[in-house]
Amino acid sequence: MLAFTIRRLGQSVFVLVVMAFIVFIGVYAIGNPVELLVNPQADAAERARATAAMGLDKPLAEQFLAFLAGAVRGDLGRSFVFNVPAIQLIMDRLPATLELAAVAMVIAIVIGIPLGLIAGLKPHSVAGRSIMAGSILGFSLPTFWVGLVLIMVFSVQLGWLPPNGRGETVMLLGVPVSFLTADGLAHLAMPAINLALFKLSLLIRLTRAGTREALLQDYVKFARAKGLSSRRVIGVHVLKNILIPIVTVIGLELGSVIAFAIVTESIFAWPGTGKLLIDSINQLDRPVIVAYLLVIVTIFIAVNFLVDLVYSLLDPRVRLGQAAAAH
Amino acid sequence: MLRMLRFAAAAVVAFAVPFAAAKDREVSIGLQSPVTSMDPHYHNLSPNNSLLLHVYEPLILRDANMKFKPGLAASWRAIDDLTWEFKLRRNVKFHDGTPFTADDVVATYKRVPGVPNSPSSYATFVKQIVETKVVDPYTIIFKTAQPHVLLPSDLAAVYIVPKAVAEKATTEDFNSGKAAIGTGPYKFAEFVHNNRIVLKANYGYWGGEEPWDRITFKILSNSAARVAALLSGDVQMIETVPTSDIAKISADKNFSVADKVSNRVIYVHLNQWKAESAPFVTDKDGKPLAKNPFRDARVRKALSIAINRDAIAERIMEKRAIPAGQLLADSFFGTSRKLKPPKYDPEGAKKLLAEAGYPNGFAITIHGTNNRYINDDKIAQAIAQFYSRAGIQAKVETMPSSVYFNKATAGDFGYMLLGWGTESGEQGSAMRSLLATRDPDKGMGVNNRGRYSNPTFDKQLTDALFTMDEKKREGMLQQAAETVMNDTGLIAIHFEVSTWATAKGLKYTPRTDQYTLATDLKPTK
Repeated sequence: MLAFTIRRLGQSVFVLVVMAFIVFIGVYAIGNPVELLVNPQADAAERARATAAMGLDKPLAEQFLAFLAGAVRGDLGRSFVFNVPAIQLIMDRLPATLELAAVAMVIAIVIGIPLGLIAGLKPHSVAGRSIMAGSILGFSLPTFWVGLVLIMVFSVQLGWLPPNGRGETVMLLGVPVSFLTADGLAHLAMPAINLALFKLSLLIRLTRAGTREALLQDYVKFARAKGLSSRRVIGVHVLKNILIPIVTVIGLELGSVIAFAIVTESIFAWPGTGKLLIDSINQLDRPVIVAYLLVIVTIFIAVNFLVDLVYSLLDPRVRLGQAAAAH
Repeated sequence: MLRMLRFAAAAVVAFAVPFAAAKDREVSIGLQSPVTSMDPHYHNLSPNNSLLLHVYEPLILRDANMKFKPGLAASWRAIDDLTWEFKLRRNVKFHDGTPFTADDVVATYKRVPGVPNSPSSYATFVKQIVETKVVDPYTIIFKTAQPHVLLPSDLAAVYIVPKAVAEKATTEDFNSGKAAIGTGPYKFAEFVHNNRIVLKANYGYWGGEEPWDRITFKILSNSAARVAALLSGDVQMIETVPTSDIAKISADKNFSVADKVSNRVIYVHLNQWKAESAPFVTDKDGKPLAKNPFRDARVRKALSIAINRDAIAERIMEKRAIPAGQLLADSFFGTSRKLKPPKYDPEGAKKLLAEAGYPNGFAITIHGTNNRYINDDKIAQAIAQFYSRAGIQAKVETMPSSVYFNKATAGDFGYMLLGWGTESGEQGSAMRSLLATRDPDKGMGVNNRGRYSNPTFDKQLTDALFTMDEKKREGMLQQAAETVMNDTGLIAIHFEVSTWATAKGLKYTPRTDQYTLATDLKPTK
């Protein structure tokens, strides 16, 4: 277990450095932020001053090394646009994004897995067919369109829910969260549902396929033959066995929901990191882009690590690396 | 139980009444572009300058048509070609109660060039001042090294902060609100990066009482979300209504749309860097031409009259654009009434091309942005179609501005679609930046991405820029504009019209500088 963790850590640091390097090259290749940031009326001297202020007058390799040296000390640079530490800009927004992603995933799991089970157990019933038809809609409707329709119906026509922004927050363990206040929940509902829709459909389909496959397995038939209640057959024999692919997908999707909730965040003006990333890319605000991707990659790595742990809990045959097996 | 209910109802009423009353003097406004800082000297960017004008003020303000009006300076005059005298307004107090005097102006102008990490500095606006003399607390004299007619315009861009703040405060101090102290009609309440800015009324404002106690500006960059916020009542006003929604919102009796021609012109630069060739310009078989056709005034004129500006304004811009024949609309200083938008004439264009030696036309690629100006990619497409009617084969390539501007500046494109907002509000500075022969050290032709060069025009322009007499200068600028536009130094397409939509019961007085100011938003009743 320890060796596994250490090896994972080593790999992660390597991934982070490579990623930072690629982003550096990439942003450099796109263009020069000075061209976008400096006022167009500025003369040559002012351009030179702005270039120097952002450290862009130095060779790229030197800029990268300076960044690495800073990163080791925990300093990921200052935003070109806002002149605040990039990491602070991200950390101010990360709670909002994490909250939105978590609520969306909870919605997807709590609704998706039961619906998928129903559709898998009774594929030819009206319920089963309706669930599948619904999941196709969830898959195929574009997120931005669904978001706008939600706003049009629930904010503009009915006036039930606020159309944008994050509601009132309270501190929970030092982190501002909004799901504990009524105002916060009202603001959270539409973006969370909007973001959950695709994942929900995915989980329905995955659970259904797994269920249908598991039902044909010998151990399920044997369990039924043994006279176990249908609740126990489904709850233990079917569900537990189909959970591994589902956990994998949930892990991957959680990462992507955190990193790429951009569309939902911009439609609902949710003050999260996705919107920050898009704006930073448009303005070539390199410190923020790099810092953001580093944070996201770290989250991905952490989520994957957790997924591996969950595997070993779900399936006793899965071992975390050889060292763990040797114990 | 009943008592509890009654109590609850009473509590609701008790809370609801003052809340509702306060609500009446509160307003929320949806902005398109983020404000990057509360520091008035950090980032010279239109959305910043617009929002910060609620909190801070310059010596000279501008009215809705960008004409000067007294701000913190009660009056000003040029004593001679190199000396300006400013008389400051008396009895003005900063938000922290300290009185405003000449020392604050001096300290502010001293701070401006040295703001650390500024991505776009305000230093350009004060660097012409070589000497400052405080005569008394309300009289200040500036000396410039050379005649600088744009000094009032420059100083209208620099917002004054108290001396104590100017000497010590960092950009962070402004963002946190600690140093966000000005003389403006509203005070800082809250600033959340790329999310919202909240201001509250400054009841002691020298200019009299404002209609709002509290204003919330929300950053709603996505245009559909901005419209939805207006329709649902979440905000009472939005800026930059998407062209496709204007008709719908204007027709709704619960909303009204205000619009005004802006100081932004959409135009085309033609690459004239080299005499022998221009990038992406070939004959129709893709072979290089003998020489750069854009250096021929007849070709430039043909490319100009082959564009149907009325059709672009009417159909693509849904009438929210005004066809252009120069760099600013007629109402601005230094524009010539003689310069009408060129008439659409594809046959005339063909004839001019034949005269210039291209009877079969040639092939170009139109390069433009797709996320910078209103409908920029559609305009590029339309121009390409008009050109095919005039015998010019045009391809279109559009890209995000983060990619586009570097390449355009480097001279990588042949036919460049661009936009320019003239912040000084006078045509001289636009011509100086876009059309003067390039000499960046002198500030000439800094954005002349086409490298157009015309010595006659340069002479006329330079003479005008150093003429202090307003009337005389206006005539000289008009003459320079006529010279350069008749030579098609660039192809002006149209002036963008800015739009605002307000909820019922509110009236917005629109501005040409594209600023969105709550001070111009009033209840109708």
